[in-house]
Amino acid sequence: MRDRSFTPSRALIYLIVTLFAAAYLAPLVVVVLNSLRTNEEIAQSSMIGWPQNWAFGNYAMAWSGFCVAETCAGIRPYMLNSALITIPATIFSTLLGAVAGYAVSLWRFRGDNWIYGIVTLGLFLPQQMRLLPWTIVLRDIGLINTLSGLVLIHTIQGLSFTVLFCRNYYVAIPHELIRAARIDGAGFFRIFWRIILPLSAPILIVTVIWQFTHIWNEFLYGVTFTTGQQQPVTAALIALSTPVADIPKQGVQSAAVIIAALPTLLIYLFGGRYFVRGLTAGAVK
Amino acid sequence: MTDVASTATRPGRSATSEMVRRLPEFLVIWVPLLLSAAHLISFSIWTIWISFTPSTLIPVTGWVGLRNYNSVLASRNWQIAFDNLLLFGIAFVLLSLTTGLLLAILLDQRIRGENVLRTIFLYPLAVSFVVTGTVWSWLLNPGIGIEKLAHDLGWTSFHFDWLVNRDMAIWTIVIAAIWQSSGFAMALFLAGLRSVDSDIIKAAQIDGAGPVRTYWRVILPTLWPITVTVIVVQLQFAISAFDLVRALTNGGPGIATQLPALVVYDLMFQRSQLGRGAAAAVLMLLILLAVLLPYAAWRYVRQRRAAHA
Repeated sequence: MRDRSFTPSRALIYLIVTLFAAAYLAPLVVVVLNSLRTNEEIAQSSMIGWPQNWAFGNYAMAWSGFCVAETCAGIRPYMLNSALITIPATIFSTLLGAVAGYAVSLWRFRGDNWIYGIVTLGLFLPQQMRLLPWTIVLRDIGLINTLSGLVLIHTIQGLSFTVLFCRNYYVAIPHELIRAARIDGAGFFRIFWRIILPLSAPILIVTVIWQFTHIWNEFLYGVTFTTGQQQPVTAALIALSTPVADIPKQGVQSAAVIIAALPTLLIYLFGGRYFVRGLTAGAVK
Repeated sequence: MTDVASTATRPGRSATSEMVRRLPEFLVIWVPLLLSAAHLISFSIWTIWISFTPSTLIPVTGWVGLRNYNSVLASRNWQIAFDNLLLFGIAFVLLSLTTGLLLAILLDQRIRGENVLRTIFLYPLAVSFVVTGTVWSWLLNPGIGIEKLAHDLGWTSFHFDWLVNRDMAIWTIVIAAIWQSSGFAMALFLAGLRSVDSDIIKAAQIDGAGPVRTYWRVILPTLWPITVTVIVVQLQFAISAFDLVRALTNGGPGIATQLPALVVYDLMFQRSQLGRGAAAAVLMLLILLAVLLPYAAWRYVRQRRAAHA
């Protein structure tokens, strides 16, 4: 069953996986090709085709010249917004999650199981249950329609994942290690810094990749709590695809889509192993 | 449990100064955890409370009982959304499960280029649903997508207008959702296949079982706990699906592809019906609980059995 000899049935296997791979790649290929075709060329034929005149200018246009709603600064400001939301929220939620996961798994304190259980319920509570309260809270503390507001939301909500990831990882560290360090007089932070953190690289990479991908790709909060120039790139893409006039612009739009998807795609290509580990860890819960 | 308390006081130090010394660690542990737990509990209660008030543009106090729920449940918008969710949920889960399982089994045949193929099947998961929805809305648009290409190539009778066809539009969401997330099922199934005890497989082969029979009778039965997990995770996605639909069909044509999450958003932020929007959100939570509670019970029973075994 698992040999490497070439038989008709193995040829069939290769044929099927190749067809599937083509189907999975097709949308990406189509959009990449479109991003290099002129708007007129696409309008005359269809979204699917080989570029006749290479229109590299689409990328410059999408980046800084294109009109989203009333502003014509391309998607650059929105990419910047997304970065300014995603990077701090990823760092905060990962660090706080690592410390809390360490406390819950190795330090143990009164009520730790309870609070851990409640925090991980956040994996299941739909965003729709939190939309109105967040709107009211953000307005009351003056963070509605700000990037800081979204950083706050993603940090607090991200904890459900980061605490879970880190706790499940730290649980496997032998308790004797901690006990010995405490007998030597090391405190909470010292043990974290000197013993736990050096062991944490794999789980921190998984957590950072997971958080970055999720926050970058998040749409509902972005579109609900921010408007206009404060929106993350996912919300801007929707605004961009709402046609202002009936002028065909799919070439530039395709370039914008590629730019918006690039950060998470690159992270996936370079950290795929950790990305998949996050997926499976998130699923087993 | 009492590790911290047992070392809290040491000879020569007062309990108070010990508390002060350890304040930073208490803060750094408790503040994030408490904020997270408190927001989950209070926000849920808050939304549930709003769902029983006559709130429209702004939240107000008052009690209207189940009026908001009745009006949401009686609305055509919600009824269509619920029917769509049933169809979308079942079709999407079944198809992505079978696609994922098929891909996992094929990749498990020690084929060349497995890493490249795995990367290809999983990359859609790294892309946002907004991007997926936008791209598929182009491909499936009869005026500029696949149908137009077929016509340009001379196949003029080709017809593929699901995106703008009221009866078929929900299937475009199924297609895009499968493209995006069947890789997830594949990844979990592949991990499951790789962890099957090779002795069992060898024993089956010695007994004369062919590859198909070995899979069907020996290997696949070991995968069913993973299958349950995949189903639950995918259903959880289906129930709260928003971005993908917003980018692909925006609920249209008309309200043909309405889903619960879109109804909630529409009521809350477009029609300023906060009470009804909150009621719709609570209904979404109830649908989710109908999936998650049996799953939690199942896991609990399994863990207890594993502990006793």
